[in-house]
Amino acid sequence: MPKWFTPLALLCGAMLAASPLIIANAPYESQMGLVQKIFYYHMPSAWMFLLGAIVCGVASARFLATGAERHDRTALAAAELTVLFGLLTLVTGPLWARRAWGTFWVWDARVTSSLVGWMISCAYLILRKYGGPGSERLGAAVALFGMANVPFIYLSVNYWRTIHPPTSVVPTLKFSMGFPLMFCVTAFLLFFILLMAMRTRLEESRARLDALYLALDE
Amino acid sequence: MTPDATSGSTSTFDFDTVVVNGVSRAYGRRRALHGVSFGASRGDIIGVLGPNGAGKSTLLGIVSTLLRPTSGTVAYGTSGPADPAAVRSRLGVLGHDLFLYPELTARENLTFFAALYGCAHVAARVDDALARAGLASRADDAAVGFSRGMRQRLALERALIHDPRLVLLDEPFTGLDEASASALLARLRALRADGRIVVLATHDLDLADGLLDKALFLRDGRLLEEVARPERVRAAYKDVLGR
Amino acid sequence: MSTQGFGATVLRIVRKDLTVEVRSREVAYTTLFFAVSCLLVFAFALVREGRAPEGAGEGILWATLTFAGTLALGRTFERERQSETLRALLLAPVPRAAVYVGKLVGIVGLLLAVEVVLVPLVTLFFGAPLLKRPLWLAGILVTGTIGFAAVGTLFAAMLVRARSRDVLLPVLLYPVVVPVLIAGVRGTSALVDPVFDVAIARFWLALLFAFDAVFVTLALWTFEPVMSD
Repeated sequence: MPKWFTPLALLCGAMLAASPLIIANAPYESQMGLVQKIFYYHMPSAWMFLLGAIVCGVASARFLATGAERHDRTALAAAELTVLFGLLTLVTGPLWARRAWGTFWVWDARVTSSLVGWMISCAYLILRKYGGPGSERLGAAVALFGMANVPFIYLSVNYWRTIHPPTSVVPTLKFSMGFPLMFCVTAFLLFFILLMAMRTRLEESRARLDALYLALDE
Repeated sequence: MTPDATSGSTSTFDFDTVVVNGVSRAYGRRRALHGVSFGASRGDIIGVLGPNGAGKSTLLGIVSTLLRPTSGTVAYGTSGPADPAAVRSRLGVLGHDLFLYPELTARENLTFFAALYGCAHVAARVDDALARAGLASRADDAAVGFSRGMRQRLALERALIHDPRLVLLDEPFTGLDEASASALLARLRALRADGRIVVLATHDLDLADGLLDKALFLRDGRLLEEVARPERVRAAYKDVLGR
Repeated sequence: MSTQGFGATVLRIVRKDLTVEVRSREVAYTTLFFAVSCLLVFAFALVREGRAPEGAGEGILWATLTFAGTLALGRTFERERQSETLRALLLAPVPRAAVYVGKLVGIVGLLLAVEVVLVPLVTLFFGAPLLKRPLWLAGILVTGTIGFAAVGTLFAAMLVRARSRDVLLPVLLYPVVVPVLIAGVRGTSALVDPVFDVAIARFWLALLFAFDAVFVTLALWTFEPVMSD
């Protein structure tokens, strides 16, 4: 593992451990009380979900264009993280929604778009796992299509009822609400980077092992 | 009459030799081919021989541009890497699965591929091909009703309809009766006389007697030996692969 | 590659597919029958006391098209797989993107033929006045079908040699064509509405157009790298 890994992992661990305390100290939101604090995990998860999807899409495009395998490894790792953080987002969201809007699930624009995007990344992983040899390229095409689809998914789903709070809630947050959010976002981002590093390293090792087997076959 | 489908003009691409250099193909941890090298020139019939799983189909797949080698090169001619479409226009491939549309008639199958390869005088060519395959009387019957031998003959003509320089045949003798097999042998000899390069993979060692200019013996993806003009192929096979 | 070579290739492939289909009629009949069976399933699922729920017609139409389309894609490429003729097409010195477009045109044609039968049936079974504005409906159906088929043809072609390809096709295809489904249903809905809002219909049509443009282009770019082994 690269030198920066361990100190960063410690930092990340510390931040994640500290986050509940920081969140607990944030001011109560007047209307929703305690449940609102899920927001501090929900937003960063959503952003990491989006980040993962973008990284996967870009890496897939580069893989299709150049054929270099490290792009494929990046894409696979990013897809797994997309599924992970997507799941977190889709679970924390309804927990908040129950209190805020009275129902666990609403078919509003952003929620539905996230669900569809999440399913595309799940489909990618299913393809990689069960598609047999050659599914790296197929997966890359799917990821590329998925990424290109994001504006369409969003636009088309947008004409449904939209009761998702607008994103501008972030800049207008008071510092005491803004700080815990930024803290959690940083912690989650560190977590994302660490997981990406570990996962791509795992794939690299696997590739190196395959190469060794091949060399043995000489 | 040289074919070119893409621009409608006559293609000038042609080659005298095919050089396979250090071609390997790996699937994950398994290597299907290890650094196979050989060369062939006009008027050669090359036999690729070996047990099942030796890598014969993989080798043919790479030379026919359907598969990409993990390492190594295939050079068609000596003037450097060529446009893939131009290369494909000079290749004729008879695969295991014959590449025929069962619902189309013999004539329609040939016409479709002749047009796709940009041949001139399509109708005349198709008639010639049908005559050579002995299928002129069945020209307007759907290919699904043909016997194995008839389909093989049709598939061979399909592979040759555009006068390819390099002809690749994967197990062409499978399922053929004696008459069809001798007809195929005669056809291959005619191709050689015509200056084509023929590479065929086969299990039928007896049929290959006296046919091959060069025999490549493969096992487990490795080229064990290259034997020139083997008279008794089966004996040579037993010899090389028995070691 | 000159455009003449491209267009000529597409035409030859389409004509060949048409000939093959006319001879066997297998894919057309089975897809059509399957689509009608789907309608039956929806009828038994949704019709209460002899009446379908309000606005169900559009949804049923597009859902049925999605399922039938997936079946048609699977069958078409299964047929190519059996004689390895797709490989023969890739071996020919033709632009590979032309092979894609040729197959795409064939699939779109087949699905449009199915729609010609489905739309009157949905109108009949579910009381949805789909034929109120036939030109608009045609526009939405054509653009929607092209969008679905553009992604579907690429995925089906690339799955030809994958394992589990039968189930992988819908798994991969459905999430990606969600915008087409939404736009199709909502667009058709706008046409059926007693108060016809042109702006809404135009929005969905424009979305479908944009989807088609983007995804056909993407498919043309990715067909070659994805099909080369």
